[in-house]
Amino acid sequence: MPTSVHQLDDGAWLSVNDAREVNVSDLWWLARHDFCSCEMADFLAEGFVEIGVDHPNVEGRIAGQCIDCGESGVTDWLTLGRVVDPDSGRFYAVDTTSVHVPERRRRLARPPE
Amino acid sequence: MPSKVEGWKDEVYGTEIRDHLLQFAEAGWSSIPEDERDAWFERFKWWGLYHQRKGQESYFMMRIGTPNGRLTPEQLRVVGEIAKEYATGPVENPEFGDAYCDWTTRQSIQLHWIQLQDIPDIFEKLEAHDLSTIQACGDSWRNIVGSPVAGRDADEHLNAWPVIQELHEEFKGNDDFSNLPRKWKVSVTGDTRGSGQGDINDLAFEPAVKEIDGEEVKGFNTLVGGGLSRKEERFARDIDVFARPENVADVSAGISALFRDHGDREDRFNARIKFLVDEWGPEKLRSVLQEEYMEYELPTAGENLREQYNYNAGKADEPGDYIGVHEQNDGQYFVGLSVLVGRQSADDVIELADLAEAYGSEMIGLTQRQNLIVADIAEDDLDDFLDEPLLETYSPDPHPFMRGSIACTGTEYCSLSIVETKNRMVRYARWLKENVAVPGGVEDFHIHLSGCTASCAQPQIADISLRGMKTRKDGEPVEAFDIGLGGGLGENPQFADWVEMRVAADEVPGYIDNLLRVYESEREERVVPEEQRGRDGEAVERESFREFIARHEDDELTGMAEPEETSYEDPYLGNTKMTWYPYAEDTEMDAAPTPADD
Repeated sequence: MPTSVHQLDDGAWLSVNDAREVNVSDLWWLARHDFCSCEMADFLAEGFVEIGVDHPNVEGRIAGQCIDCGESGVTDWLTLGRVVDPDSGRFYAVDTTSVHVPERRRRLARPPE
Repeated sequence: MPSKVEGWKDEVYGTEIRDHLLQFAEAGWSSIPEDERDAWFERFKWWGLYHQRKGQESYFMMRIGTPNGRLTPEQLRVVGEIAKEYATGPVENPEFGDAYCDWTTRQSIQLHWIQLQDIPDIFEKLEAHDLSTIQACGDSWRNIVGSPVAGRDADEHLNAWPVIQELHEEFKGNDDFSNLPRKWKVSVTGDTRGSGQGDINDLAFEPAVKEIDGEEVKGFNTLVGGGLSRKEERFARDIDVFARPENVADVSAGISALFRDHGDREDRFNARIKFLVDEWGPEKLRSVLQEEYMEYELPTAGENLREQYNYNAGKADEPGDYIGVHEQNDGQYFVGLSVLVGRQSADDVIELADLAEAYGSEMIGLTQRQNLIVADIAEDDLDDFLDEPLLETYSPDPHPFMRGSIACTGTEYCSLSIVETKNRMVRYARWLKENVAVPGGVEDFHIHLSGCTASCAQPQIADISLRGMKTRKDGEPVEAFDIGLGGGLGENPQFADWVEMRVAADEVPGYIDNLLRVYESEREERVVPEEQRGRDGEAVERESFREFIARHEDDELTGMAEPEETSYEDPYLGNTKMTWYPYAEDTEMDAAPTPADD
């Protein structure tokens, strides 16, 4: 079954299969990022700007700010969770209190082949 | 590519949503297909229903639009009765009980904990009394704001009420304008106070005079593209168009059609007309309006009356609201009552309606400062009315901190908010009243507390602006606020300067205390010569708080006062958004009530 993903209520929610799964207002630790100059950004999620899928992951770019340095902006792609079994559509959200690595920075950090 | 919401709107939107809504209500909550819920919840907004946040599944916020914030006492009673019967949740709010009405900054009414199966009965009761939830939310003409006392106010250029009625009739339920790219907020002001707060609306008509064919004509200047949301605040821009009262509907139709056709439907974050005005500029907007949407030559703007504006203007010598006793143009009086954070229990709403009716009032007004007005009190009855016990709670002469405090809905119900708001603002106001000396001469001090950047409490236009944030305290995440200073409207509107960032919520009252001490000791004063003294005979003219802030540079304001823990205790310092309801005994999401059904 296809998985439906989108942001809801002016970016307040990530919705997966019409269930509100990931909310704004949480703090996310971001590592290996270029959001701000902090080594670890203490990022307050204020609104989902874009939602995408990189099977099986559901990803999003989030507007917010680092509460350590005050830098505001939009993150690169962050994994928000994954749909392990598309048939059941069950979504497993990431733990926002753990450490997250935005996608573009991770690619750049890979050693050249 | 059009946004997903646009796709849902293409399938079903506008007036036709009602039939679906009533069918779902008849069949029960579970009849909404699970894979269509997001689409239907988005559509239900058009009929004034907003699905509450996670943990509160199957409950809705219902918004009732009252143009110009006007109700009859009978209508007010009906709203109170509906709140009492239907707006009761599974857990009481510790400050407000279990049934209450919220008066909003856009002069509308919000009820919470509404269940789907009750909507047909509620609609029937509302509509039997000429009230409606139509277009109270969603992408269309929202509630039209202005002065509730239009036609009664002695400080009036022209009576804007007939114009607002005409717009309400024309643009509510009108299929040509039912599906706009985004919300469409309109203000029409005919008074000389600036009470419509047109500067922060998508479309604003403000009082003006213009000489046409040798005759002085009273009408409106037209402003477009104001708004406060998402750190993209804009004051509405003058598009150099004068509208006679009889032409306002035509100009409105032209501009909202322009928005319908040219607004951004691909990116909802870029959809409001303020961004189109940014892109085009007011001159191009005017020329496209003239060439593509108008059938007559638009007159250029007239002379505005902004220098007389005092509403939320931060003046030292004039109040910036409707609180208190005011003489009407017919010799009767209207009385502005303070409703702290705009929330009133259903029982009190009904009692006030009875009281207003007993005194012969024909109009209750909801103001943009979340307060109430009772109009048409005869001079002979005034003392008795002011002695009514209910006015001890909703005072016409409140303490400045109770008078000027505004708060949005917050994490109690709202998905976007980062922090708890209304109960916290109540606690702030009480603590400030009991612990902070009000600087001499200050009667009206505006603190606007908004839970996030959506800015529903209009935080950028207050003496002290509080915008929800998070910070860490002892390593733990806590609710916090960015603090702005010196915003306000009036002749020269000004957005707040954000001077202290991420202040823990329990240190905000101490900051305000410290800041007001600085203001009182450093504000400028001048002795007014006897022949220049006003009616109040005041011998000393003091700098208003807003003027005091404007006199200082940003770097002087930052650090002017220190945030500080005090005796104020904040029970909501932790993450209220993680709860299913912040005031429940067991706040864990797992303890949320199962969806109500059938």
